[in-house]
Amino acid sequence: MSQPLLEARDLTKNYGTVEALRGASFTAYPGEVVSLIGDNGAGKSTLVKCLSGVEQPTSGSLVFDGEPLNLGSPNDARALGIETVFQDLAVAPDLDPAANMFLGREILKPGVLGFLGVLDKKAMRKQAAEHFTRFGATLQSIDVPIAALSGGQRQSVAVARSVAWASKLVFMDEPTAALGVVQRERVLDVIKRVRDEGIAVVLISHNMPEVLSVSDRVEVLRLGRRVARFKASETSVEELVGAMTGALTQEDAA
Amino acid sequence: MTTDEKTTLSTLPDEQRTPMLKRLTGANTLWIGLVLLVLVATFGAIRPDAIFQVTTLQFLLAETAVLLVLSVGMTFVIITSGIDLSVGSVLVFASVSSAMAMNSVSGGDATNAGWGVIGFGLLVAVVSGAAWGLLNGLLISRAKIPPLIVTLGSFGAAQGAALLLNNGSNVSGIPDKLNTTFGSGTWFGIPNIVIVAAVVTALGALLLSTTRFGRYTYAVGSNEEAARRVGISVRGHLTKVYLLAGTLAGLAGFMGNAFFRVAVVTGHETDNLNAIAAVVLGGTSIFGGTGSVLGTVFGVFIPAVLEKGLVIIGVKEFWQPIAVAVVLVAAVWLDQTRRRARNQR
Repeated sequence: MSQPLLEARDLTKNYGTVEALRGASFTAYPGEVVSLIGDNGAGKSTLVKCLSGVEQPTSGSLVFDGEPLNLGSPNDARALGIETVFQDLAVAPDLDPAANMFLGREILKPGVLGFLGVLDKKAMRKQAAEHFTRFGATLQSIDVPIAALSGGQRQSVAVARSVAWASKLVFMDEPTAALGVVQRERVLDVIKRVRDEGIAVVLISHNMPEVLSVSDRVEVLRLGRRVARFKASETSVEELVGAMTGALTQEDAA
Repeated sequence: MTTDEKTTLSTLPDEQRTPMLKRLTGANTLWIGLVLLVLVATFGAIRPDAIFQVTTLQFLLAETAVLLVLSVGMTFVIITSGIDLSVGSVLVFASVSSAMAMNSVSGGDATNAGWGVIGFGLLVAVVSGAAWGLLNGLLISRAKIPPLIVTLGSFGAAQGAALLLNNGSNVSGIPDKLNTTFGSGTWFGIPNIVIVAAVVTALGALLLSTTRFGRYTYAVGSNEEAARRVGISVRGHLTKVYLLAGTLAGLAGFMGNAFFRVAVVTGHETDNLNAIAAVVLGGTSIFGGTGSVLGTVFGVFIPAVLEKGLVIIGVKEFWQPIAVAVVLVAAVWLDQTRRRARNQR
């Protein structure tokens, strides 16, 4: 494969006396779907937080596109085209889908009004509707609060929002949890479409068949360390579970 | 995906918009407005001669103007799911310091002072209000102390500071010019003080509903964590919102000076509760995330109309707080029921 898009080396993260990451490494290549799996408490969410700027690792280094990377905040990551779909969605339930999609990136009216901070709501609604259509999020209405939507629709909005802004890499922390069969398929379809546009997707999931069906590669975390890396086409659910539980370790993975 | 594409492509942005009428009837604001209209109509039908009198209406509006300005600031605060108990005390502080400042630059008595002194007094009132607001905002956003406690503290501190300034007495010597033009003057029958309040309210409504500042106010109140993750400076925004509430309280103090011709140190102890009641009556959720300035306008006038109306039709005015209390609790109950129904999906 080519040069890694994002590489984390020997990350550690301590919360007080708790060691969430103990020298975890991670690699994502451009235009691939790589799944990050591990048992509960393996450090998946912490790793993603460190890689998306939400948390700062206690030690270790990040390399992005061959350059050393220092993420002080999620904004730093976003500026590089790295977006995240968080497990707990992180949408504003009282705002409508368009407002949520453009939250923090509002389009302002041209001229003096824009200088005064006046929003161009029409333009945002139009663009949001186009994005949602492109990523298969069907919403009956673009101007009801997110809270009035079903769980699946909320999820689609959160996924569509991140995907719309990502130019290099998207982290998806359990994007299909709590989804019905049809919606799950739709999210997986979105993941493939995003990859086909040349954007790397890092998928975190507990669903092994899903991981195998959508990923190009799989990396396994256990107790805050990377313990194994697989090509999705050359592995099996049994092998993945073995790596997650510690029955199987690859010497070269860490 | 083919079936999905059919449905999504057929729903173009503008068709996806909920029709105007449905949006209006879905909003709390409309119903609150109707309540106000019914109140006015009822009292008007009973005593048309007394209610629809120019002086009655003028007085009703002028008295409410100060509370309205406080409530506009409170609307922003409550939408962020915060609370500001200090507005009445900050008003008193701003009012006293502004009157004393005007007196001191006029050799002890500003009664005959000119526009320069009045402008200075306005500046002092607004700046001292803003200072309290900034203090509230910084303590809430940086020190992470709950708004209830911070503003309970500044509620006491600002009142105490105001009493200390003039040893506990009212400050007279408000410039006559200020009172005759701004305080009691009218423009086509509308008291000037009401025009000022209306302009402030209109600006507040535009700020909240059309600008990025307003959008962030809703976002912070709706889900602070989501706002933070998309890169909104939540701390900075909260500071600004409390700063706005304090500044408006300062302006309200100056309006009070103009209207009453004296800076009074008592009588504002329940302004905070009245403002909160007005905002909540107006459909702004006490849990944050939703609300409007227009609703607050209705919410300010419902208690005011009730009070005036009950007096005029000869019911003991002591019924007014009871009536307001019932409407207030009912409004919050309604809001909670709606939220629960919505969140069950």
